[in-house]
Amino acid sequence: MTDLTDLGVRDLRDGVRAGTFSAREVADSFIVAVSKAKQLNAFLVETPDHAIAAAKEADAARAAGETLKPLAGVPIGMKDLFCTKGVQSAAASHILEGFKPEYESTVSQKLWDAGAGMLGKLNMDQFAMGSSNETSYFGDVISPWRRADGGNAPLAPGGSSGGSSASIAARLCPAATGTDTGGSIRQPAAFTGIAGIKPTYGRCSRWGIIAFASSLDQAGPMARDVRDCAIMLETMSGFDAKDSTSLQLDVPKWEAGLNASLAGKRIGIPKEYRVDGMPAEIEALWQQGIDWVKDAGADVVEVSLPHTKYALPAYYIIAPAEASSNLARYDGVRYGLRELPEGANLQDMYAATRAAGFGAEVKRRILIGTYVLSAGFYDAYYTQAQKVRTLIARDFDRAWETCDLLLTPTAPSAAFALGEKSADPIAMYLNDVFTVPSSLAGLPAMSVPGGLDKVGLPLGLQVIGKALDEQGVLDACLAIEERAGFKARPDAWW
Amino acid sequence: MSVDAATVKKIASLARIAITDEEVAKIAPELDNILGWIEQLGEVDCTGVEPMTAVIANTLRLRDDVVTDGGKRDAVLANAPQAEHGFFTVPKVIE
Repeated sequence: MTDLTDLGVRDLRDGVRAGTFSAREVADSFIVAVSKAKQLNAFLVETPDHAIAAAKEADAARAAGETLKPLAGVPIGMKDLFCTKGVQSAAASHILEGFKPEYESTVSQKLWDAGAGMLGKLNMDQFAMGSSNETSYFGDVISPWRRADGGNAPLAPGGSSGGSSASIAARLCPAATGTDTGGSIRQPAAFTGIAGIKPTYGRCSRWGIIAFASSLDQAGPMARDVRDCAIMLETMSGFDAKDSTSLQLDVPKWEAGLNASLAGKRIGIPKEYRVDGMPAEIEALWQQGIDWVKDAGADVVEVSLPHTKYALPAYYIIAPAEASSNLARYDGVRYGLRELPEGANLQDMYAATRAAGFGAEVKRRILIGTYVLSAGFYDAYYTQAQKVRTLIARDFDRAWETCDLLLTPTAPSAAFALGEKSADPIAMYLNDVFTVPSSLAGLPAMSVPGGLDKVGLPLGLQVIGKALDEQGVLDACLAIEERAGFKARPDAWW
Repeated sequence: MSVDAATVKKIASLARIAITDEEVAKIAPELDNILGWIEQLGEVDCTGVEPMTAVIANTLRLRDDVVTDGGKRDAVLANAPQAEHGFFTVPKVIE
């Protein structure tokens, strides 16, 4: 019999519906896989009871002849940024260690309402600030991938959704939630040979997701293929009155709408994404992707996004500014850690709590944000960055006059070794060079595996679409996926 | 402009993060480096450009002015590091 952990969301859902296997068998298989993979450090909390309860409900519904819910029988992983009722939700930080929300985030509630079960809470970069999962208070996530060079250097699974990417690649769960502020779904997906989509800003409710940079934060699914992402995204999306920026729109039937023919589509290749020092293999994969979309019927055109080089510096003003405001709530009073040195007054308590509770990268970003928002600097930094953001969004609008979608690499390199970039913040930030511009413009964007580099590590291609055109993005990624035929998977060394 | 130790201490104080002199010595050049890199934004001509306020055109909704929530005192206090008599408690602020 097939190992159930090798199956994706669609096959699990359909197999449970057809009675090929029970939801309980599925849940048990993944629970065992999770329990055997502690070396990867992908899970912060394991919740087998949650997954089993959902499985029992699915099996009982089937036995009673009821119509099964859209995700009945599918156990998933939940990024630790999502508040889950009664289950620690710490954003992989010390300051929220032990925090058990009294409420459920909208996106996770939608998944449970659709019949999914939770295998556990997934490790991540602390408060989603990082590109390698090295800023977690609870330790690095180790990528299941290794270089085929004889060495066993532990590699980064990407970040910030590194627990999500690692656990999907290692077959610990068929799908997981991610969140993407500047690339935190797409870059880890690329590093681990899986798919992940950040939808249009406002598609998924932010309510109950621990806030990092509210004008950028978007939830999205990560899974092993494009169809599985479409299935997950349909459940995760939808209007929510509790999020003031939630889009009041119906959720399209993305799965049913999937179509790998790109006939009549114009796909733009932004010339500014050919950055200095990009490895030849990524350049070659990009060209391969161009050939694939042409083969699928698309016309390929060169386009210009002239303000691309300013996206990262603008992001590193806007995101820390919003973070410094959002993270002001962690004060040792209402939830989380409290540090109260002997004889301390209230102000001392705040400062001691935040000094002890935040990691180095989080502090760095709070300090940058506080600086750029401080009196006398606000216009020079923050207002200027928001003006540049307007220009970046305008670049995309101009590109849409000559194309429907954009095709780029997802990241400028394959997965790097843990520790390789952690000493130089700017080198780490540059990893998001291809993902940040579409985040600043709020556009849907997806990473899909394209192939392996010469040491056997996955590389991803990114498709960016117009606002609300998730279908176009999914279709183009499906066309690439069918042609790439990516079947590689890491050896189970853990 | 360069970020010196006094600036780091000032912004850390504004951000309510206690910081040691050793940390200041480490963080000041890091912030200086990052802010120096960010300063390239100054070269973009933004004459007549409005700052971005919403990435996707959306109107802020108004809801009916009615009570929609409440009666959850115990849930609100459940995660407090310290709560007494139905209140959050903090060190004494008035002598």
